[in-house]
Amino acid sequence: MSTLAASGITWTRGSERILVDVSLEAHTGDVLGILGPNGAGKTSLLRILAGLRRPDRGTVVLDGTPLSALSRRQRARTLAIVEQSLEVHEDVTVEETVTLGRTPYRGTFDPLGSNDREAVEHALEATGMAAHRTRSWRTLSGGEQQRAQLARALAQSPRVIVLDEPTNHLDIRYQLDILELLREESMTAVIALHDLNLAGRFCDRVVVLRQGGVYAAGRPREVITAPLIDDVYGVTAVVESSPHTGAPTATYIAAARSARE
Amino acid sequence: MTDIASIPGERTHPAQERRLEHPAPARSPRGSARRLRAGIAIAVFAVGLVLSVLTAAFIGTASIGMIDVYGILVRHLGLGLLAPEAQAPPLVDALIWESRLPRVLLAGAVGGGLAVSGAVLQSITRNPLAEPYLLGVSSGASTGAVAVMILGLGSGAVSLSTGAFAGAIVAFGVVLLLIGGGRVSNPARVVLTGVLVSQFFSAVTSLVLMLDGDADSTRGFTYWLLGSLGGARWEPVLIAGSVILLCALICLLFAPALDAFAFGWDTAASLGIKVARARVSLMVLTALMTAAAVAASGAIGFIGLLVPHIVRLLAGPGHRILLPLSALGGAIFLIWVDAFARSAFSPHEIPVGVVTALLGAPAFALVLRKAAAR
Repeated sequence: MSTLAASGITWTRGSERILVDVSLEAHTGDVLGILGPNGAGKTSLLRILAGLRRPDRGTVVLDGTPLSALSRRQRARTLAIVEQSLEVHEDVTVEETVTLGRTPYRGTFDPLGSNDREAVEHALEATGMAAHRTRSWRTLSGGEQQRAQLARALAQSPRVIVLDEPTNHLDIRYQLDILELLREESMTAVIALHDLNLAGRFCDRVVVLRQGGVYAAGRPREVITAPLIDDVYGVTAVVESSPHTGAPTATYIAAARSARE
Repeated sequence: MTDIASIPGERTHPAQERRLEHPAPARSPRGSARRLRAGIAIAVFAVGLVLSVLTAAFIGTASIGMIDVYGILVRHLGLGLLAPEAQAPPLVDALIWESRLPRVLLAGAVGGGLAVSGAVLQSITRNPLAEPYLLGVSSGASTGAVAVMILGLGSGAVSLSTGAFAGAIVAFGVVLLLIGGGRVSNPARVVLTGVLVSQFFSAVTSLVLMLDGDADSTRGFTYWLLGSLGGARWEPVLIAGSVILLCALICLLFAPALDAFAFGWDTAASLGIKVARARVSLMVLTALMTAAAVAASGAIGFIGLLVPHIVRLLAGPGHRILLPLSALGGAIFLIWVDAFARSAFSPHEIPVGVVTALLGAPAFALVLRKAAAR
């Protein structure tokens, strides 16, 4: 049972209200998609869900325990986050990066145990980075860096994984690979996505944010609809059930109004 | 009976083909090679340090044989029984025991401390050009030490170190405030901030010296400010040595945090690292090491840049190895640079900081180029 639940999350920075009374629940083994236009508060929400920021109001509860009650180490063994993009200033190899994921399980001078090695190997294999293990970070493409980060998070052996637009720099095959991987692994995943069609295809449930609040939540086929796309993104679209996958699939017709308005 | 039975065996799945293109190496060759090299490097460096101390102690203006040095060490360490015949003339004995040996050990302590500080600073500022001297931390420590001396708050090694520590912390705080902490900052910005802070504290130091107005002490201080290990005595050696050794060992406990910082504060926090606590602790530890070094020998530059970068090329970026190797490497490096500085133009002695700057400036240019190319 690994359910991540947030209730009444409110987060203000200066005079700007980033998140307003956001509640959601990600059930065991589910993939929960967080959707919404730029600036809707997706990244902030993910950081709060991962315990990296403390909300001004509201709580995040993991399996009935508030995140704030867990020690840092316990939390790191339970929950991993893959952030959008990273600047790395040292020339680490892929394998060193992934091994970093074992930090919460190791003492400062413990050598890697067999559990650690297994977790690292599994993560390298699962992300297709095993063949790249000796390459240094600076030589990786954006997509490879993203997969290495995902491998690092998987090596934490988390029960919940939080991902901020993990498909950003990836070509289509790896987008599908990663989302399929998340479905296969027994982890609970919370994932911010831009691509509504990917969300419709791979998420068990979606939450749509708009101006820091929850605009809609539920199963993709109930939520991803033409009126919602118009309201939230300002785009006229046709949403059909794909004859091949059965997933709701949007075809964008035109911007309903200028984005600058 | 039919052809169908044979078909599955013939079939090659596209996914399998893909995997065959990139057969995964059985065990990480580079990772284990790095570990092996690191182990060998630590052993070699440790032996090298011991040999350096013994050898460098008999290099100098007066030539003294290796056997004499050995005999003197043995006698003073209370091991006379091992070499009852070894008996150097008292003057030679005093030269080695009271002057050369403390100087060599101080060089080792200062070199090791500055190299470890550099490695730690590069991680906690997330910038490859960070180093106590270049960031202006050494300059702040100098100001603190000079202020303590001139204002007559005490002249012992302890009060000097305390003043240097206060100065180092203030300078460090100003630097972090100006760099702005979080992201990987533009290397040029870090360099400029360092120049700014260093110039400011140099100016304050000069001002304090001018106000004091004594030409003799001003000249003495100026020489000291350039970085010199001359006049090393046991008391400052023991204070600097123990402070630096203790701080370096505590830094080593933060190795996982230092590794994780390469990926930013949030990722480090998500790996279970107490980021704020680790950064503040490491900042205080580097300020302490820098202050102890500066109080004992003035501001010696570039060691914190040169040594960790060379060690990274040798053993990779992992701090569990990087820190001990930097400590040993920095110690060996400064022992030999000082041996050169005091003997190359004998009887004249060059301040050791001049030599490290001559070596360090080109290295700085290289690292800057590499960092800017990213």
